[in-house]
This record gives sequence, C-alpha cells and structure tokens, in this order.
Amino acid sequence: MRQNEPTDTVTRRSLLIGGLVAAGGTAVLASSAAGQQMLEHGMGAMPAPDPVNPYAAPSAHEGAHGQMMTVGRVDPETNGFDPTPMLTEWDLGTVTTMEDGRALRTFEVEASDKEIEIAPGVMFPAWTFNGRVPGPALRAKEGERLRIVFRNYGSHPHSMHFHGIHSWRMDGVPGAGLINPGEEFVYEFDAKPFGCHLYHCHALPLKRHMHKGMYGAFVIDPDPELHPEFEAVAKSRLLGTPENASWQELIMVMNAFDTNFDGANEFYAVNTIAHAYALQPIRIEKSRPVRIYLINVTEFDPINSFHLHANFFNYFDTGTTLTPTLRTVDLIMQCQAQRGILEFSYADHEAGQYMFHAHQAEFTELGWMGMFDVVED
Amino acid sequence: MTAPEMMAVSEDRPNRLLLLWLLLPLTLLGIAIAWIASADPLRSFDNSAPPVEAFTYERTILDGDGIRVLVRAGGSEPMKVAQVQVDDAYWMFTQDPPGPIARGSTVWLRIPYPWVLGEAHAINIVTDTGATFLHEIPVAVPTPVPTQSLLWQQALIGLIVGVLPVAIGLLCYPALRGVGVAGMNFILALTVGLLAFLLVDMSLEALEMSAASAVLFQGPLLVLLAGAASFMLLMAIGRWRGAPAGLALSFYIALGIGLHNFGEGLAIGAAFAAGSAGLGTFLVLGFAVHNVTEGIGIAAPILKARPPLWSFVALTLLAGAPAVVGLWIGSLAYAPQWSALFLGIGAGAIAQVIVEVTTYMTRTGKGRNTLLSVPVITGFLVGVAFMYVTAAAIKF
Repeated sequence: MRQNEPTDTVTRRSLLIGGLVAAGGTAVLASSAAGQQMLEHGMGAMPAPDPVNPYAAPSAHEGAHGQMMTVGRVDPETNGFDPTPMLTEWDLGTVTTMEDGRALRTFEVEASDKEIEIAPGVMFPAWTFNGRVPGPALRAKEGERLRIVFRNYGSHPHSMHFHGIHSWRMDGVPGAGLINPGEEFVYEFDAKPFGCHLYHCHALPLKRHMHKGMYGAFVIDPDPELHPEFEAVAKSRLLGTPENASWQELIMVMNAFDTNFDGANEFYAVNTIAHAYALQPIRIEKSRPVRIYLINVTEFDPINSFHLHANFFNYFDTGTTLTPTLRTVDLIMQCQAQRGILEFSYADHEAGQYMFHAHQAEFTELGWMGMFDVVED
Repeated sequence: MTAPEMMAVSEDRPNRLLLLWLLLPLTLLGIAIAWIASADPLRSFDNSAPPVEAFTYERTILDGDGIRVLVRAGGSEPMKVAQVQVDDAYWMFTQDPPGPIARGSTVWLRIPYPWVLGEAHAINIVTDTGATFLHEIPVAVPTPVPTQSLLWQQALIGLIVGVLPVAIGLLCYPALRGVGVAGMNFILALTVGLLAFLLVDMSLEALEMSAASAVLFQGPLLVLLAGAASFMLLMAIGRWRGAPAGLALSFYIALGIGLHNFGEGLAIGAAFAAGSAGLGTFLVLGFAVHNVTEGIGIAAPILKARPPLWSFVALTLLAGAPAVVGLWIGSLAYAPQWSALFLGIGAGAIAQVIVEVTTYMTRTGKGRNTLLSVPVITGFLVGVAFMYVTAAAIKF
C-alpha cells in the first residue's frame, strides 16, 4: 500500500529500540528543556516571526482568505497530477470506425493504490484510477460506441460503474464487471444520454471505495444533428467545434478526504487539493464565457454546494438538457453523485479576483474555496 | 569457575573482579542493541501499520496575537504537524522550533486566530499521516502575563487561602492549651482526620492531573513513586533522632500542609489561567474556611510545650506561603506533569505526618487503645466531616 514501506520500517524499528534503551535519559533531558522553555515563554520572550494582528481585517495583499488558509504548497511532481491543468484535461481515448460506420471510442483505465498529498504535508493512502484523484475525465460524443478497458492493479477488487444507459452486464456492480486484483474487464455501451455524468468504483463497502478516491467525470457531448431545434447550443457543447472553442470549459469534482478514518472529512476541495485554486487562482479571460462541469462525490456529508461570488449563472441539472433547468442563480446544491453544468460570463465585469466556494462555511474553511482571476484579453 | 571459588577470589580482590563481572552483561547488552538495530530481526513483525502518534497539549496561551499552544510529541517516530484547524477552519500557523518533533520534545504552535472572549474554541492538529489531535479551550480568556500588579494580586489570594487560615488556626493555641488528656486526643485525632481527607483528596487530584500529561511521563506511576519517595524520605529524616514530637512534629505537619497548599495554589492558578474558574470572593472565602483546621492541626503537638514566638511565624509561613508560590507557578508555567509530581510529593508528606501524629497519640496516651477511645474517633470523624463539608464550597 505504502510504496516506501521497507525503508520506512527499518528506521522505525531501530528508532523504537534505540528509544527504549535511551528512554530514561531522554525523558529527563526532554523535561528539563521543557522546563526552561516554559519559563522563557511565560516571560513572553518567544521570538515572534512576522506577528500579524488576528483582529485586523486582512489587507488586499494577504488575499481574500486572510490567515484562514492551509500552510505550504503541494508539490504536483510527487503527486503526479496538478490541479490547474486538471481543470481542462480531458481523456478522449482513441477513436476508430466500426464496420457499420459508427465511431468506436476506446478508453484505458487502470486502478492502483497510491499515496497522494491532498493538502500541504498531508498524505492520504488513496485508491486511484490512472494514478490520479479524481480519475481521468472521460469525454465522448452522443451516440458513439464506448469501450473502456479496465485493469485492476490495486490491492482490492474494483470496478467502474458508469452513470449512463447500458445493460446490467456493464453496470460495474458485483457480478457485472467488478474484478479482482490482476484482472481485466471491458465495459461496452453506447454514449447516452448526453450530459455531465460520472463513474465510480462500485465495490463494497461503497463508502470506503468512494472516499478513497475512486471516481471521475464522464461527459457526453450532444450531437448537434440529433437536436436541430437547439443546434447552436449543442454545437457550443460539442468539443472540437469552433462554437465550443470560444468557451472556457472547466472540470470540477467536489470531493473530500477523511484522513483519520473517523467517518467525517478533514479536508474538502475541488479536484482533491485543499485550497489549490485559492493559492493559484484560475485564469479566466473576461470576454469568453465559462462553462463548468460540476460533479459532487463528497462522502459522509449529505450535500455539497457551489456558490459564485459577484455573479449569477445558468444551471443544467445533470447536463441532459440544452435549456437551463435553473436560470440566474448564484448557488446550487448537489447530493452525492449529482452533477450539472454551470454557464456564466464575466464580460461585463471589472477584471479582478472573484471567489467561488461551497456555501457550507465549514467545507469552505476546511479547503473548498477558490478564486477566478478574471483578466482583460 | 564454581560459585564458592568465585566468592573466595572476590574476597581477595573484590573491587576489580566485581567490575570485570559487571562488564560481561553490559557488553552483551551493547552487542544485543547493535545487532537488533542493524540486522532488524523483528522485521517480520512489521504489518505496514502507520507509526504510533501522540500529541499532548501542555500549555495554551491566549493573547492579542492569537493562540499559542505548547505540544509534546509522543510518537514512535518523529512527528510532523502538517496543518492546524481552529474551530473547523484551516488556519495559518508557525511552529517553533520548526521541523519534525522527536518523541518527548515540545514545540510551540503560534496561530494568529481571533479568539472570542468567554467563548469556547477547539484546536485540531493534523499530522502528515492525516491523524488529528484535538484540544478544547472551554472558556477563552486572556492568559495572565506576569506583571507586578498581577503577581501582587495573586500573592494576596495566596495569603488569604494559605497563610490567613493557618494563622487563625494557630491563634487558637492559647485557648487550646488548657485542654485535658481527652481534649488533647480529640484535637490530635481531628488533625489526623483533616490530614486523611487531604491525603485522599490530593492523591485523587494528582491522579486526575496525571491523566492529562503525556503518556511518556507515566502519570499514575509518577504520582505513586513521588508519593512513596517523599514519604520514605521524610520518615527517615524525621526518625533520625527518634520519632518526632512537640515542635519538630508541628514542623513536619506544617511541611506536609505547605506542600498541600502549594498544590492547591497550583490548581487555583491553573484554573485562573484556563478561565475555567472565576475567582469569586465565595471561592476564596471557601478556601480560607476550609484551611482553618490546618492551623489547629499544626498547633496540636505543641500544646504541652512552650515554643518560642518566632516558631509560630515560621510554622505559619511554612504551611501557608507555598500557596502563593503555587498560584504564581500555576498561572504562569502550568504543566500537568509538574502539578501531578508536586501533588504526589505532597501526598507522601501528608502520609508521613499521619503516621507520626498517630504514633505520637499512642505514645503519649495508653498505647493502641487510645486510638479506639471516644475522643479520638470523634475527633477523627469531625475532622474529616468538617473538611468534606467546607470542600463543597471550593469544588467545581
């Protein structure tokens, strides 16, 4: 499970034994040192690096979060994934043409165990799809034949359960595509209905497999030819069209981590890393509209939410319609596995930093908060 | 070499050979440590479990710069503080000294958090493994800083709860001098009763306090060992020239009570610092009344002697003044393990004077039968009952 276990344990054991032998001596040393420290500090002589006044309103250069922030940065190199590129990184698979002329899109996904850094300095023993949390954001076009080759390199049985329309045999539940470590399974079905969907492992217990990180976005773009009445809208949703290119599309998976395994989350985020987009705001070109594919996979809490500051958006619940299901709102709620598409624009705004976050203040303060850096283009 | 031979040799040249024999186990121990540390024969027991982690919060300081906590690490490996939550919000913090925290060592965490006067807060450390260590601040009040006026104020409280009642009790001396044998036994038994109450009260408090200290201090054992050591040491010193009586016995009682009052001062000071007790007039008066019997107890062994006047001053200060010192330390440099240690030492000292006063009673009276006489039993029960009833005013 932990990749560096052998070297880890050698030092641990030797330290433990060394510690036992030296216990008497160190305890005495430790306590005398503490005694001195206490007096020193009692007299108020503690060195103060950059004292901030906790009662003063944070100034602009401290950012909108003030002192309410995780300390340090997560190194994307060690994790192998970076939350900023992840916003726009789609897995399109490989496309071939079948005998009947239809497109066949093939994805390859591997499950593996991986220790990831979910907040600065905090490691989490995750179960991943393709070594990242959330897993790859799969994107296809309505009506295509999809083939997902799934290999389990993890230490537990896993599956890919797609939210979509398919046969029971392709459902990814026990007895239908739930495979043991070392096995392979190919899920095959048509891409339908169009919308913003997700997939996740459906091994049991489901809670554990969800909160360990086994989920990802699964987006099916509408085929404009099938929706003549809303052709323009459908084209703007279809990746690769000129209409779509003017949009700034972002994938946001709202997730959380229970690092001490007590059945409640210690960290909340969008795309895994707590406060990632607060520390590195998402660059938005003012004139281009924004579309967010928003998916909630938060375990243990009944709902999650998305609130946009200083702006309103149109919302397409589950993304299965081409007209908004909610118009002109600045907050939506999602239960687990609920998802939808948000569309908004900063064209008439002043350039600057605009906040977004869950409007459960607890989630916000535990990491689920970010900023859009709206720039002139 | 057989055992008798060894004995014969050791009688000839005892020192060197004994040392040589001591070298053998020591060398073996060294080799064993080196082998275990290098070859790691226990590797097969490894179950990939994460290291054991433990943090103990020893001090909390609230001031205009936010919150500071002193935490002691007790993990099987050096521990890392990754993030700090205050009231379920990640908050910026600095660690002093920085870096991984070795087992047994402490660091200060400084969190610029705008705590709210009189309200509750919770600090939660998240380590690199994601384990969390919670500390609750039940009532946030500014931590006292040692200004001259504060030290005076605390000294005044200490004098009221420690020195004043002892002095009042000792002022009964002239009146008590006239009592007969039965009255004398009653007063001595009353003293034993009050001491017995203090012994139980102090031991329980020491054990309770020790539960809040880091596991590596082995709190309950620390208390028991400190108590046993102080008991045996004081017994040995006291019996150097026969069992103590008269003024000497009074001084031992004063010492035991002084240690108790020191512990009481620590508790009041700590409560003051933690904001868990408003030091109302009621509480201070309660302590004063509760401690009046202490003076009577100290006076009991010298009722039939004529000690010099200065000894009364000395007895009062020895028994009462430690409350002042306890208050200062308790509010400014409080740590659970030190309080537990001092309370343990105090309990041992109290046990010693119980033994000595009881012995004194049997010696001056009619042997063991004295202990079962009506005045003694009544005195003992009255002593315990008085302490119990007056304690109701000071227990929260």
